[in-house]
Amino acid sequence: METDELILNMGPVHPSTHGVLRFRLRMDGEIIKNCEIVMGYLHRGTEKLGEMKTYLQFIPYTDRLDYISAMPNNYAYVKAVEELAGIEVPQRAEYIRVMIMELNRIVNHIVSIGSLLMDLGAATMIMWGFRERETALQLFEQLCGARMTFNYIKPGGVREDLPEGFIPKLREWMKDMEKRLVDYEQLINDNEIFHMRMKDIGTISAQEAINYGLTGPSLRGSGVDYDMRKIEPYSIYPDIDFKACTRPEGDSYARYIVRIDEIKESLQILRQVIDSMPEGKIVSNAKYGIAPMTGSPSSVMTYFPRIFTPHAGEVYSRIEAPKGELGFYIVSDGTTKPYRVKIRSPSFCNLTAIPKMVQGLRIPDLIAAFGTIDVVLGDVDR
Amino acid sequence: MFENAYELIVYIMTALGIYDSIFRVFEVLGIEYVLRIIIVFVEIVVLFAFALVTIMFLTWMERKVVAMVQARYGPMVTGPRGLLQPVMDGVKLIGKEDIIPDKADRWVFTLAPFIIFIPALLVFIPLPFGDSLVISNFKIGLLYIIAVSAISPIAILLAGWASNNKYSLMGAMRAVAQDISYTIPLALAAIAIVMFTGSLSMVDIVTAQGGTWFGVIPKWFIFLQPLGFILFLIASIAEMGRIPFDFQESESELVAGFFTEYSGMKFAMFFLAEYAHLFAVSGIVVTLFLGGWNGPAVPFIPVQITSLVYFLIKTYAVIFFAMWLRDTVPRMRIDQLLGLGWKVMVPVALLNLLVTGLLVTAGVI
Repeated sequence: METDELILNMGPVHPSTHGVLRFRLRMDGEIIKNCEIVMGYLHRGTEKLGEMKTYLQFIPYTDRLDYISAMPNNYAYVKAVEELAGIEVPQRAEYIRVMIMELNRIVNHIVSIGSLLMDLGAATMIMWGFRERETALQLFEQLCGARMTFNYIKPGGVREDLPEGFIPKLREWMKDMEKRLVDYEQLINDNEIFHMRMKDIGTISAQEAINYGLTGPSLRGSGVDYDMRKIEPYSIYPDIDFKACTRPEGDSYARYIVRIDEIKESLQILRQVIDSMPEGKIVSNAKYGIAPMTGSPSSVMTYFPRIFTPHAGEVYSRIEAPKGELGFYIVSDGTTKPYRVKIRSPSFCNLTAIPKMVQGLRIPDLIAAFGTIDVVLGDVDR
Repeated sequence: MFENAYELIVYIMTALGIYDSIFRVFEVLGIEYVLRIIIVFVEIVVLFAFALVTIMFLTWMERKVVAMVQARYGPMVTGPRGLLQPVMDGVKLIGKEDIIPDKADRWVFTLAPFIIFIPALLVFIPLPFGDSLVISNFKIGLLYIIAVSAISPIAILLAGWASNNKYSLMGAMRAVAQDISYTIPLALAAIAIVMFTGSLSMVDIVTAQGGTWFGVIPKWFIFLQPLGFILFLIASIAEMGRIPFDFQESESELVAGFFTEYSGMKFAMFFLAEYAHLFAVSGIVVTLFLGGWNGPAVPFIPVQITSLVYFLIKTYAVIFFAMWLRDTVPRMRIDQLLGLGWKVMVPVALLNLLVTGLLVTAGVI
């Protein structure tokens, strides 16, 4: 009998490629001989747009990178701009930023775990997850009027102060979340079929993971204790007591467990931040100098210029986004617009490790491993 | 009381006083067999109508059960609590464009949905829905059911092959591998039952489960064959192709498996066949292990009606279990499933058979 290799184009329209991604698989029956990733279907030229917009105008575009967790994207860009222009940020603003980013991290991990389980054929988790996510999104909506694309963090602080009753509502949500987390773990963690599907699947060793540039929970699942919040502490993270969650195995199950642990850690961080939230300004009102302000500031906002010109120079600033290391490299030529914006997005770098992980496995394993890498295609293609 | 539903209909007509006069008309014309054919035809129409209504109800029930587990409402708009949703789905699917892909094998592609639908309904024929409520009580009922169910993988393979789509072909290949490896433990678990009854007739199997031990425990075969029941249940869920064993579709891997290319009414045929299968297999589980239509007698109500109610209650309990399972567990991997089938379930089923055989021969049970 003659056998032949099967070339399967999985995607760009496929239920479990999480968007418009294409895997070009060379297969022997069901076994994957070679996996090639074809991306770029969602390319919107965000980096080039960065050169066309003023520093403030570009913030909404960062929301559209990783739209599941837009707040850290906002922050990563704003942090780079602040470092570039030397802008001071009031303490209260930093606390609000960290609080809202950790909330977004939890939301991101819920969605990630939910879609992973849906890829494995268990649709219940995503529905349960979306129930808690909905309440969290309502909190975001209260805070800044938007549910997913926030445009909330801006140079010098944040756009609005906490609305009335926000903290009690958040506390209620956290209490609810703790109970739900127990439900999730009961549903998933000790499920024999889940173990069969996840353990020793998509394994990547620590060294390989580093070589491929994996970051975030995907790297910590391989046992590398690498968390930007610990290594290069920014904002108020040095004052907060938390640990970077790692697992030594490096397989899909380890990456899943790291995410569950991170939800718990984030709840821990949230609790500390809420308890020690200082009073004060939310936007810095120092005069930074720079180009005269156009337009009048809104009544609720403290003074901060809408257009400003940092000195010529360059900066690379990175944070620990929920999906991994998110870095912005900005070059300024001393005008009101950046000369160059380069985005180091975690999804893109993490995705490149997939062919290595799934070599010699089957299609269902590709789906399982891909689900644990947690990519958003808006972040991959930019 | 009666051999089958035919005799029941004759009895009812006699009781109403109309049978004799009708029979005489046909006798005068010398075509009594036409009357027989008409009665059988009526039975089959009633059965198929019942099956189709049940299938439609099951699609609604599935959505509602899934919604309950997932903290949602499910269909609510069409009819009271969305009860008419299946009707609307049917109307929608009929209205859809019927696409046959260019490179598909037109005839096989069109034939496959019908081939899969017919065995799903044929399975109902020897199945006793209640006392006397059976279309035909063959002596080889169980064998017939296993044989007829074995037709459906052929239809799936036809559908997958004719679609000329890589996902469809993979889904079809998986379905065939799965069905072949799970029919064996299924049959082996069922044979252990036959050892008790000494008959393959479904009616005899139900009758053997009548009565109780010590006046409390019903004489269901699940208590004599707990291992056999578990094997049979797992194998029949694999046969039905439901999560955790739904490899023929596995929508997150193979888009929709063997019916990726189907649309409109042809798609609906696969969908209906799946639910017909679910009902039939649950009915078989009930008949073999859960006492069939046996249950405590209720005064003043004919046993035909109470037995039908008992049968439906038990069957829906099994169906509910299958739906509940679907919402709780992820899908296995095809090679893990085949490994489970051949390396665990077949040896365990054989062992179960050996122990049962020894006990029956020794006269313990």
